[in-house]
Amino acid sequence: MDADKNFLVGVFDDEDAVLGGIRKVRESGIKIHEVFSPFPVHGIDEALGLKKTRLPIAAFLFGMTGTSLALTMQIWMLGYDWPMIIGGKNFVSLPPFIPVTFELTVLLAALGMVGTFMIASGLKPYSWPRQFDLRSTEDKHVMAVDLDLNKGKSKEEISRILKSAGASEVNEKSFE
Amino acid sequence: MQVRSSVRDPLVTGGKTVKDVSHDISRQVEGKPTRLWWMAMAVSLALFGWGFYCVCALLWNGVGLWGLNKTVGWAWDITNFVWWVGIGHAGTLISAILLLFRQKWRMSINRAAEAMTIFAVICAATFPLMHMGRLWLGFYWALPLPNAFGSLWVNFNSPLLWDVFAISTYFTVSLVFWYLGLIPDFAVIRDRAVVQGNMLRANIYNALSFGWQGGAKTWMRYESVALILAGLSTPLVLSVHTIVSMDFATSIIPGWHTTIFPPYFVAGAIFSGFAMVLTLLLITRIVFKLEDYITIYHIELMNIIIIVTGSIVGVAYITELFISWYSGVEYEGYAFYNRVQGPYAWSYWSMMTCNVISPQLFWIKKIRTSLVATFVLSIIVNIGMWFERFVIIVTSLHRDYVPSSWTQFHPTMYDIGEYVFTFGLFFTAFLLFAKFFPVINMAEVKSIVKTDSETTHEAHH
Repeated sequence: MDADKNFLVGVFDDEDAVLGGIRKVRESGIKIHEVFSPFPVHGIDEALGLKKTRLPIAAFLFGMTGTSLALTMQIWMLGYDWPMIIGGKNFVSLPPFIPVTFELTVLLAALGMVGTFMIASGLKPYSWPRQFDLRSTEDKHVMAVDLDLNKGKSKEEISRILKSAGASEVNEKSFE
Repeated sequence: MQVRSSVRDPLVTGGKTVKDVSHDISRQVEGKPTRLWWMAMAVSLALFGWGFYCVCALLWNGVGLWGLNKTVGWAWDITNFVWWVGIGHAGTLISAILLLFRQKWRMSINRAAEAMTIFAVICAATFPLMHMGRLWLGFYWALPLPNAFGSLWVNFNSPLLWDVFAISTYFTVSLVFWYLGLIPDFAVIRDRAVVQGNMLRANIYNALSFGWQGGAKTWMRYESVALILAGLSTPLVLSVHTIVSMDFATSIIPGWHTTIFPPYFVAGAIFSGFAMVLTLLLITRIVFKLEDYITIYHIELMNIIIIVTGSIVGVAYITELFISWYSGVEYEGYAFYNRVQGPYAWSYWSMMTCNVISPQLFWIKKIRTSLVATFVLSIIVNIGMWFERFVIIVTSLHRDYVPSSWTQFHPTMYDIGEYVFTFGLFFTAFLLFAKFFPVINMAEVKSIVKTDSETTHEAHH
């Protein structure tokens, strides 16, 4: 019911502070909702225990779709639908089909992967994100802890743990 | 915990903190345009306006307005096309290839270089479209769309068609790559606008940023996407100029029909692209006061790439000359004799001076670290690279197999006008970009501020 509404927000001043902080907070048994950073921090995915992304697989599948689409299109158009003699060569000869096949492979892989990324990450225009702390895009690393998912501990206790983990300030944040 | 290398120069100077990066880069998006910006915009729009008149006249009357004739059927249009496409290559090299090689100095120049790529490719694409005469049919003639003639499909054996696919894929993928990098930076401007109470700006930049938040999981996916896009763009950028060179190399015109063309064109493209990046960045860093982000060290590294690619181009010119003699083919031999000695010798020697001799000056440290020298040489290199394409195209065509067809090419006002049009388009687009978009990739620069700057900032523990 109440999940996803009431948060405690720990503000960390730099990437080393937040990396150490994540470990300490997780060791004390608190579930972290999300950590927001102004730039990618290396090692944060392992510290949070995130699973490796499967986007490379998506890219590969989209790329293969492009390859087969391009080959099918060219072979069908020039080999079957309207065969034309061009320089006395075979109707279906693979070498001249390779450039277009390559380009469509890259095109579909790139567009498909980025599209998947946008959908998976919920990135869409005209939607305001929940802003835990406006400084999280500027210079602070912000750790959000969902109070309703950490019912075992009191607000004061979580706040104390966040502070001792290196947060320079801890604020409350509620969403409607 | 501040890490400083004793062997490398810092990439960001001036003791910047993460917060300073946001402030310095967002400032010019938030402020009113300067008088200098308006002046530059006025000049660009004037060029664009006059060029636009020439383009309209061309579309109304047809390509007969150009100085082309039966013998020289390709001249300024394709020269300008290859020149602009080549310029685009530096942006992708910086953003993709240097990312794969983990070259951190790319970070403060990749945004502007990629923007340059996108605008340069748009400028390039206008030439084949205009050469079709009927612009609006360009899509039907160039793309495999069902049509009322059977359907009569496009010829997939033709390098010109490969070019259509290569350039449009290159444009799309570069645009996506560039935009992906912009998303987190738009969010910075959005959040600053909320703090400043400017909700109109906040809403616009929020839409542009697709509601970016910067969660750990999103950043992880984002980095994975950026790495794969770099991996895809690297062969893509090499394929583009390879295919452009095949437009020439697969035809049997002496001076064009050579296997050296693909690597020679790719090196030339990167060479001219870096020169254009330097021209633009040297102005941008002064106008927007970015001297701490685009340092002399960055400029020096780019000049070193210019020496490398310029030398490759020089070796290619000499190889071409040697092979034309060594092959014993009299047509090849004549084509090159005519380049060096014929009526267009002035363009050949301009090319040689600008592309082979002038970049060698960068061996001298004082020259490659001098802003004025770099600026002048970057423009000379671009002039030289324009002449390279002009030499390849016009000198090979103007002496046909039958001497009765021999002729000269003279550009008309419309040839010049279309070139001016693309300059107007390019600079107008670049100025709009520089004003409304963050010109430096804030997120990437922030990630290196701590390890690579001379910051006095004490890390919190």
